[in-house]
Amino acid sequence: MSSLAVSELWKGYAGTRVLQGVNLEVPTGSLTAVLGLSGCGKTTLLRVIAGFERAERGAITLGGRTLEDGHSYLPPEKRNVGYVSQDGALFPHLSVEQNIGFGLARRERRGTAVSELLEMVGIGHLAERLPHELSGGEQQRVALARALARRPQALLLDEPFSSLDATLRARVREEVHTLLREQGVTTVLVTHDQEEALSLADTVAVLRDGTIIQQGTPAELYEQPADERLARFLGAVNLLDAQFERDTALTALGPLELRGARPEHGGAAGVVMVRPEQLDVRVRGDGAEDAETGARIAGRVEHCRYYGHDALLRIRPEQTGVEPALLARVHGEQALPAGTRVSVGAHGHATPLG
Amino acid sequence: MSSLADTAPASGRWTRAWSGRRRLPLVSVVGATIAAALVLLPLAFLIVQAQQSGSSEVQRLLLRHSVAVLLWNTVRLTLACTALCAVLGVAAAWCVERTTLPARRLWAVALVLPLGVPDFVVGFGWVSIDPALHGYLAAVMIMTLSLYPLVYLPVAGALANLDAGLEEAARSLGLSPWQAFWRVTLRQIRPAVLGGCLLVTLALLAEFGAFEIVQYRTFTVAIFTEFKLGFDVVAASVLSLVLVALSVAALGAELSLTGRGSVLRAGPGARRGARRVVLGRLSAPVLAGLAALSGLALGVPIGSLVYWMVRGSSTTLPAASILAAVGHTAEYSAAAAVLATAMAVPVSSLAIRHRNRATVLLERLAYLPMALPGLVVALGLVAFSVRYAFALYQSALELIVAYAILFLPLALVGVRSAMGQASPRLEEVGRSLGSRPAAVWLRVTLPLIAPGLGAAFALVFISSATELTATLLLHPTGVNTLATQFWAYTTELSYGAAAPYAALMVAISAVPAYLLSRRMGTLARAEGPR
Repeated sequence: MSSLAVSELWKGYAGTRVLQGVNLEVPTGSLTAVLGLSGCGKTTLLRVIAGFERAERGAITLGGRTLEDGHSYLPPEKRNVGYVSQDGALFPHLSVEQNIGFGLARRERRGTAVSELLEMVGIGHLAERLPHELSGGEQQRVALARALARRPQALLLDEPFSSLDATLRARVREEVHTLLREQGVTTVLVTHDQEEALSLADTVAVLRDGTIIQQGTPAELYEQPADERLARFLGAVNLLDAQFERDTALTALGPLELRGARPEHGGAAGVVMVRPEQLDVRVRGDGAEDAETGARIAGRVEHCRYYGHDALLRIRPEQTGVEPALLARVHGEQALPAGTRVSVGAHGHATPLG
Repeated sequence: MSSLADTAPASGRWTRAWSGRRRLPLVSVVGATIAAALVLLPLAFLIVQAQQSGSSEVQRLLLRHSVAVLLWNTVRLTLACTALCAVLGVAAAWCVERTTLPARRLWAVALVLPLGVPDFVVGFGWVSIDPALHGYLAAVMIMTLSLYPLVYLPVAGALANLDAGLEEAARSLGLSPWQAFWRVTLRQIRPAVLGGCLLVTLALLAEFGAFEIVQYRTFTVAIFTEFKLGFDVVAASVLSLVLVALSVAALGAELSLTGRGSVLRAGPGARRGARRVVLGRLSAPVLAGLAALSGLALGVPIGSLVYWMVRGSSTTLPAASILAAVGHTAEYSAAAAVLATAMAVPVSSLAIRHRNRATVLLERLAYLPMALPGLVVALGLVAFSVRYAFALYQSALELIVAYAILFLPLALVGVRSAMGQASPRLEEVGRSLGSRPAAVWLRVTLPLIAPGLGAAFALVFISSATELTATLLLHPTGVNTLATQFWAYTTELSYGAAAPYAALMVAISAVPAYLLSRRMGTLARAEGPR
């Protein structure tokens, strides 16, 4: 159907290669986030899909139509792809109403279409304003309504929330998400914010050095990242030395069930990843219960970073030869002061990292 | 196609610039090329003309004793005037922008207004009331009084935007106020001073009318006489090329001097307005000095005009011929303004949107007329039309084209800044909303750059309406403009009859001079209370 497919896309500028064979599949009606550090080519990818730039090689199809391949190229106005940039790019000489109606035929502009769109994004009272009289969040809503006005087959969002301040960002993000769900628009969202990508998207594609290194659901990516670099990009990690035994990794924190395939080279030893929230931390008294199990490590809290909803503890094991330090995410109320003696255990799965 | 753009041979770069993936809009390329060709045309035909006369002839013409005299006349006048303008301009700007001078806003306007009086009208003003004025000193005085605003304006702008932090740092490092001014402030405004001096020099090299009135022979005057009286196209062409060489030398000097003094620019936001120096007991002498300057630069020419208007009105004025002159002036100037603005659009569009070596070269070429005196452009067009298109010779079209070439840099200034603000992102969004490129241009780009186009039109219109030298050479026979009619009466010493024409030209060009000074004023106000 109207799924968006990008295959083997290459693009460079003046000697630097930006996109090097990007493959991306965006299912109909889904929201796919393209996640990457700044300068990785995210924006270029969107601009090529929108038709603002021409690819050097590769093909883009949308719902069975070829937007671009080695032979043909459809100009932006014929693609029916909506585009919302970082700053909204509202036409400064046109009112909110005129901005939203820009892509509509004259007849449609006179009808109720524009006011419906205004209501849809919740800015009905701002119809007559000029862009410079709007706040950042309002500008983004206008930009979104303008892009949706023509009922595009696909919508491209280029870091649309990054210019908003933190509190506003969360709110606008939520509203936009709900709206896109209701409309069922096939959407590509480009962002460098892993939290945004994980929380909003149905699938996340990670762009690095001009190629998509992994695409999957947020959970797949978080739990089974393709490599250590990606693992760290998506959140804090503990890397543990492990002995593999069938589907189990034997670690300093005890045996943990392996998630996913064992590394192919199949050695008996390797490294596994355990996320900080998989560790559980208990305060040790002076009593004898300390030594009760072999699956726990004794240590001291070296540092505590408090976030309110939770806290991240850095724990230095007392025994040498284990990991240099472990990171554990605990409830905010369990934020232990540095120096506290604790024991650490783990639960859940361990992910082998090549 | 290969993605390995960097492996392409270096020689392919130029062609790729034109045929690259981001295709250049054909309309813009054609428009900009026409503009560049037009700009080059006069100079090219002067060179052709000079070449055809043979090198021995050129040598004979250049080695005449009179050429050495002309060169000396031109150079000593240029040096003296430029230096005087620099001193007056900087001093006046400092007083207005950095001291507690009373009635500063009034002075900011009064000091710029002489820009609105054409130089030949200033000359007329002085000589008509004191016919004894002539020669070197008269020329220096009149030109200094007309041209110092060209230094004042940029310097006042630079001083208003100056970062006070640097001066304060200098003071805290033990410098006296005077030392701080000399070593820090002057250093910062140096690009503005040099830029102003360049404009003064170029104006001096191009000036004809004022020098003719005070009977001081510079290159431009000599070329004009050579051509108009002797109808010696060859001699005029050869001498013109010397004039162009002088202008280019001035440009080069400014460039190298500015390049050496690194431009210190404060980062945005970090800037604070400087504290003003309290004049105290010095207020009176400073006020007297500024009053004298304005009086001489503005009061005398205007007063003289008024005097002759009043005197002249006793004799009946041929109102019909004034109206006809106004009509022709407006017609030619408007046509030139449209043409120049139309040429500026593709040039700046390419230079901003599709920046590469070819388009940057095109843009630089378009600025070339800044160094071309009106006389040179006019002579080049004459050289061309006399030989290859006689029908064009002394036609209205030729005069309009001359204006358009001459004032293309002014149009570029207006269009370029507007074009720079019209983000290509907006055009892209327009495309993605289903509009074709031409429709996007009309619905997005044009409304955004309209103010710039208006400014460009106004600047070119006003400059054309008050242009004298090229107009005298190129105006269609029997058709008079304000400038030619003024000149005809002035050379007959019919000052009363000439005055209304001069007054009309002053009225036309006073508007932008006033607006310029007002803009400076708002700038100063915005900076003030912080």
